[in-house]
Amino acid sequence: MADLVWLIPAFPLFGFLTLLLLGRRFSEPLAGYFATAMVFVSWIVAVAVYFDLVAKPEEERSVTVTLFSWLPVGDLQIDMAFLADPLSITMCLFVLGIGGLIHLFAVGYMHGDPKFSKFFLYLSLFIFSMTLLVLGENLLVTFLGWEGVGTCSYLLISFWHTRESAATAGKKAFITNRVGDFGVMLAMFLAFESVGSVSYSALNGSAVAGTLSAATASAIAMLLLLGATGKSAQLPLYVWLPDAMEGPTPVSALIHAATMVTGGVFLLVRINPVITVAADWVPMSIAWVGGITALFAATIAVAQNDIKKVLAYSTVSQIGFMMLAVGTGAYVAAIFHMITHAMFKALLFLGSGSVIHGMHDEQDMRKMGALRKFMPITAATFIVGWLAIAGVPPFSGFFSKDEILLFTLAESVPLYVIGITTALLTAFYMTRQVMMVFFGEARWKDPAEGQEAHGDFKPHESPAIMWFPLVVLAGLAAIGGIINLPGLFGIPSGGTHRLEEWLHPVIAFGEADIKGTFAYDNKYVLVAIAVACAVGGIALGWLVYLKNRLKPIEPVVFARGWYYDTAISWFMGNPGREVAQGVADFDANVVDGAVRGVATAVRATASETRKAQTGYVRQYAAVVGVGVVLLLTWFVVIRGIL
Amino acid sequence: MLAAGGAAGAFPILSALIYVPIVGAICVLLTKRSRPEFAKLIALLVSVTTAAMSIWLLASFDTGDDGFQFVSQHTWIKQWGIGWHLGVDGISLFMVVLTGLLFPIVIAGIDPHHDEKPYLAWMLMLQAGVMGSFLSLDLFLFFIFFEIVLVPMYFLIGGWGYEGREYAATKFFIYTMLGSAFMLVGLVTTAWIASDDLGRVTFDLVDIAEGADFATSTGRWLFFAFAIAFAVKVPLFPLHTWLPDAHTQAPTAGSVVLAGVMLKLGTYGFLRFGLYLFPEASVWSREVFLTLAVIGIIYGALAATMQKDLKRLVAYSSVAHLGFIVLGTFAFTSQAITGSVLQMVNHGVSTGALFLFVGWIYERRKTRQIAELNGLQQIAPIFAAGFLVVMLSSIGVPGLNGFIGEYLILIGSFTTARWWTVVATAGVILAALYLLWAYQRVFHGTPDEDNKSFPELRFKEGLVLLPFLVAIVFTGVYPKPLLDRIEPSVERLVTHVAANSDIDADPDYTTQFGMPDDSHDDEEGSDNESNDDEEGEG
Repeated sequence: MADLVWLIPAFPLFGFLTLLLLGRRFSEPLAGYFATAMVFVSWIVAVAVYFDLVAKPEEERSVTVTLFSWLPVGDLQIDMAFLADPLSITMCLFVLGIGGLIHLFAVGYMHGDPKFSKFFLYLSLFIFSMTLLVLGENLLVTFLGWEGVGTCSYLLISFWHTRESAATAGKKAFITNRVGDFGVMLAMFLAFESVGSVSYSALNGSAVAGTLSAATASAIAMLLLLGATGKSAQLPLYVWLPDAMEGPTPVSALIHAATMVTGGVFLLVRINPVITVAADWVPMSIAWVGGITALFAATIAVAQNDIKKVLAYSTVSQIGFMMLAVGTGAYVAAIFHMITHAMFKALLFLGSGSVIHGMHDEQDMRKMGALRKFMPITAATFIVGWLAIAGVPPFSGFFSKDEILLFTLAESVPLYVIGITTALLTAFYMTRQVMMVFFGEARWKDPAEGQEAHGDFKPHESPAIMWFPLVVLAGLAAIGGIINLPGLFGIPSGGTHRLEEWLHPVIAFGEADIKGTFAYDNKYVLVAIAVACAVGGIALGWLVYLKNRLKPIEPVVFARGWYYDTAISWFMGNPGREVAQGVADFDANVVDGAVRGVATAVRATASETRKAQTGYVRQYAAVVGVGVVLLLTWFVVIRGIL
Repeated sequence: MLAAGGAAGAFPILSALIYVPIVGAICVLLTKRSRPEFAKLIALLVSVTTAAMSIWLLASFDTGDDGFQFVSQHTWIKQWGIGWHLGVDGISLFMVVLTGLLFPIVIAGIDPHHDEKPYLAWMLMLQAGVMGSFLSLDLFLFFIFFEIVLVPMYFLIGGWGYEGREYAATKFFIYTMLGSAFMLVGLVTTAWIASDDLGRVTFDLVDIAEGADFATSTGRWLFFAFAIAFAVKVPLFPLHTWLPDAHTQAPTAGSVVLAGVMLKLGTYGFLRFGLYLFPEASVWSREVFLTLAVIGIIYGALAATMQKDLKRLVAYSSVAHLGFIVLGTFAFTSQAITGSVLQMVNHGVSTGALFLFVGWIYERRKTRQIAELNGLQQIAPIFAAGFLVVMLSSIGVPGLNGFIGEYLILIGSFTTARWWTVVATAGVILAALYLLWAYQRVFHGTPDEDNKSFPELRFKEGLVLLPFLVAIVFTGVYPKPLLDRIEPSVERLVTHVAANSDIDADPDYTTQFGMPDDSHDDEEGSDNESNDDEEGEG
């Protein structure tokens, strides 16, 4: 069955091609259901492959399926090949499972859009690319998927392209990702130069065998980190993600929660033997990039008023956690958090979509409130997501975040402080969001806020096709922690560390490696601190935004994202533009000017010379005469002839 | 005529590829001016025949053979050693096929609007000239075809171009002619000097390249005489300014042919007559060309960003793309040069298609100014989708053809020209910048009054576009059939260069795979330095 792993991308591709050729003939819901079905079929294949791998002995759980030779030139031999191993199949399972639910939600959300089938055309291509990304056997196949999701995100973010802001956001996402791609391309070149191949087996194999030099490994890891900061929206390249909220909400869920942004983290986990070989400052850089981004984005999320912007910055922050995990060697925890995050963040995004839908396209949380009475299912599921992301036990986010913090403390105290502060802020801003949207007084009733345009406006619950995925995701977000329970509180050992054991063939580093550290010996204390932070953050949010006991602190610098985006936009718009304009002017005036100058000079010389050709015989005779005299003078006087 | 093709070896297919368009051009001229449809019919028949022959050539090309195939060799001017020597190998094969296929498409698909008879005759002459240039294995014969190409192009731009056509045509002609003058001197001198080694006067490329042994400084001078002609043709920075004018003012078919095959005469010339004839000199001067190529990549892209005319923007993007091809050429590895050869075809396909779109936009709106266009995707979604695919190919998105060529060039150049490659890779970012920005301004947004009635892609236009799209996707997904044919000849060229110069043509890629290789210790030391720098960029 694992040999049929190519079927996983094949079904979304088939869906894409069918919609491409017949899309216009598909009536509205049919195109959506068709695309959804393709994703679920693909998911079923992934499940089958999963059971096939489970049935094999651990060391055989890596199956390479080569479709054809893609780029064969001399020493460079790159195949179109897929790798079915615990890591890729884990990624496939949650990407496709959650992706399918998002598809289903989109059937309801995009109802009535004139470009309905085109939306599902793009979604199918997106899922196809994402499966290539995770299943790739070498860096180039991964890169094909990597760029594919980038291109699809460009198309999807600017889906409503008549809006200037949407078109700009799509372009920004593509170009920012391209900056990261620069790193991935160079990493591939370096890999080819040093190990003669871009396949993971060769690269990781040489790292394990000890033949890859630390210098090369460091360079490859840092270049891939650059790529990861682009795709996974980390500092310094996170700027595209908040703007990407211009896309339809299911797109935000798909891009942010389950799929595209996890690509960078996945890639770093995929090459974890290389990071292990690299110099010590390399994993530290990864951890610091993640930690600083996590804290940075969390502070911004505290002061956002757009319901989706809060979630966007929250995503940046949570991916920062995953990077932190990668940098501190907690690769399993990174994947674990990626999975739980995919569940609760997809839930939150789709929940916000449901709110926006029910509020007739209102996204400003200041104009919401008390919606739990009107949208009970959305509210209930959203609250599950909130508790999960805040890290309240026993919801899924608690377990994954706790594991990351454990590994972080084992590695570095300052990073742990950053991590725990971020966790506190996360609980706080999510509480703020939940209070502003679902509790308190109904601020959308106020006619002064300009809501009268909607007539007798009343928020409503979304249709079943939209709330059904919410319910499923809420269930997953609540219990998702069971896939990797910690060895705490007397949980029977058969039920703990399931994910770690499953991923062991790919990721050697595990909890056993931090045994004996200060952090590991005090893990109950860490759990207590984490729970205290979650509860503290929630309480603080409750006091500020529901009880109004404390004044909210929302400095402008937070609301404006530390002016980082503004600075970049200014830079691109002013000096950047001037350089380009300067080159264009230089070309028109100096380079081409020189060419025209030569032409003009030739013409001027020619026209001057032409004046001598007067046609008067006497003038010619005079010139000849003068010449003869001069020549004679020269011969006679100077040379002394005669 | 094809009946004679029964004996595959005997039929002079390459000569036919040149003769048939010439005969066609004469026939077109013999038709009556009052019946332009005859001229069109003849031109179509002739170009389709040529296309069929080039496909037949492709089908019967022996993949494993790295030498020249279908060789046709006759003495032409005996006392000067000039011969009618034609041959095709992996380096020229796909350019020949592209030339064969591009002309019927543009002849069938693009209407010149007036004076069809001379237009079609010039088109066929142009095809013959381009074919001849790609097929010639005799220096003198090559020079003749290289020059013949200029004449029809001059008349096509001057006669059927846009508002500034006369200036552009003249500039194009004089600029290229000046470059060729150096080449003429160079090739006559080459033949003359080579006769000392060979014992007879000959202009035969293979004889000279394999038999002559130029003194180091002589070889360098001669190489530069050729290189100037090719650098103008490519065009290489700073000799490129004829290109935006020529491209912008040329009629659509002219632009497509110019971008599709004519610019490649320069890059092809570097491979066939630069590297092959003067390996020592090309290795010696490589840093100059690498630098100019990389400047072209960045400079062309930046200049493209600020263009107000859509056609000029595409023209500047050509400067950037051709820079990649030159970079790969002077990297001297089989991956890089194979990538360059493939990219010649890819650039022809994707930029050719971009020019088609710009031409169609002009026909509909009578303007090429980006500022006057907006919201076209709303009005003409299929038109926009076609443009999008071509644009993504030009940007170099994996899965489409442009990426494959660029990737091979860059990965092949990285070992032998590391820092040039790093800068060139940064150029990949810029390509996305100018094209996406232009796309947003032209296609996104809400259309205003002038653009409201923009017609959707017509069926005939779709038919013209289809082969381009098929080539774009096919090459991107499954380039192996092309690579298998290109690579052996490139390998042979790389070996030839390595044998005649001091470059390490076969870098050992596997130093860190399996057993550590002691002899490459110093290289790893240099890795160490580079890491620090690269980390700074991260």
